[in-house]
Amino acid sequence: MKTMQYFKNVVTLKLDAELCTGCGLCVMVCPHAVFEISNRKARIVDIDDCMECGACALNCQFGAIAVKSGVGCAAGILNGILTNSEPSCDCSDSKSICCE
Amino acid sequence: MNLPIDFQSFKPLALSLPAVSTQLNWMDYLGAIKVRWGIGRDCYTVIPGLYKVGNPNSESDVFVSANYKLSFDALRKNLDSLNAWILVIDTKGINVWCAAGKGTFGTDNLVKSIKKTSLESIVKHRTIIVPQLGAVGVAAHIVKKQSGFRVVYGPVHAKDIKAFIQAGYKATPEIREMTFPIQERAKLIPVDMMYGKYKLLIVLFVFFVLSGLDRTGFLFAKMLETSLFPLVNIIGAYLAGIVIAPLLLPLVPFRAFTFKGAFWGVVITLVLNLLFKVPLIESIAMGLINLSLASFMTMNFTGSSTYTSLSGVKKEMKWAIPFQIAFAVVGLILFIISKLV
Repeated sequence: MKTMQYFKNVVTLKLDAELCTGCGLCVMVCPHAVFEISNRKARIVDIDDCMECGACALNCQFGAIAVKSGVGCAAGILNGILTNSEPSCDCSDSKSICCE
Repeated sequence: MNLPIDFQSFKPLALSLPAVSTQLNWMDYLGAIKVRWGIGRDCYTVIPGLYKVGNPNSESDVFVSANYKLSFDALRKNLDSLNAWILVIDTKGINVWCAAGKGTFGTDNLVKSIKKTSLESIVKHRTIIVPQLGAVGVAAHIVKKQSGFRVVYGPVHAKDIKAFIQAGYKATPEIREMTFPIQERAKLIPVDMMYGKYKLLIVLFVFFVLSGLDRTGFLFAKMLETSLFPLVNIIGAYLAGIVIAPLLLPLVPFRAFTFKGAFWGVVITLVLNLLFKVPLIESIAMGLINLSLASFMTMNFTGSSTYTSLSGVKKEMKWAIPFQIAFAVVGLILFIISKLV
């Protein structure tokens, strides 16, 4: 565990060791060192370090990783509830007309 | 190898591309300060396309960036003394990580940019270096399939690019990790602080007016005389939630951001009650409002934090928001009552 960690036992990260080929790309893309390679397979070191960014799942071409990723942002989730859609941090890009 | 011939044919196209400096000037620094305070932040963009750093040739590295000028500046500043290409993709002026989360810094957009800039005729190699946090939106194997370019993930921060190159284009564990030290948190606070400024002004105005309530009706003099306490409380709780709590984030041991904020809301309340002498009922009213406001503001800092998960934020909001609403409503009612008794 690292100095900064969010809640325990909430993240949706799943690793299927059967499908893993041990290529190690998940280790390379994870910003929180959640994975390590041991015995030619990826292994989750501490799942509570995961922030569900989804980089590992997106970059696993063998489909061994699944995670429900999305913006972990309270304002975004509130936006989603109020507009009845998926959470999104659309605080900026709606106003980008002035850049055109 | 027909390298010289290839190189000739690459030349005309490559020559016409814009060159950028690796030195930031005072305008760049001023611009950075402005956007950090939320001024013109939605328009701080770079035109997407391919840029030259130094004197790149067909063998030079290609670094990918977003068209948010702060991202672009961070990259070019750290490419000094190198000859390289920067491929800026159109992320609508959003930084790499956030754009990757939205999908604009993503596989499709990257492949499109590679084709649009004819990258394959400008460089002979077939490798592009993508910032590690871009991996949230980029699937390396699909980029390879659709464009022929192999994605190599670089470090999290552009400042580690030299170390990355020295290690043989490998990001070591230290430069792969996203930490959240106090100086990083401090940089993000102004934007969050400015974000709610109009709502804050409305709340302040409401409490300013309510301060004049009296059982005889409305007293203008009472409003001027007694409004300082509620206004200072609200400003204090706002700052406690969005400045103090984020700055001292790991100091308060609760994991929930709403608790971290609530903690500082209580501290502010206690401090202000030592400084001001007001009726108990008004103290309690403002205390409840402080708790609600500070907790809400810190909850919003989850959007800036680099370690909170969607599932975690949802979990915390589910029980925290009803409390925040209840505290605010009860606080407001008690405040009005305190004026009428």
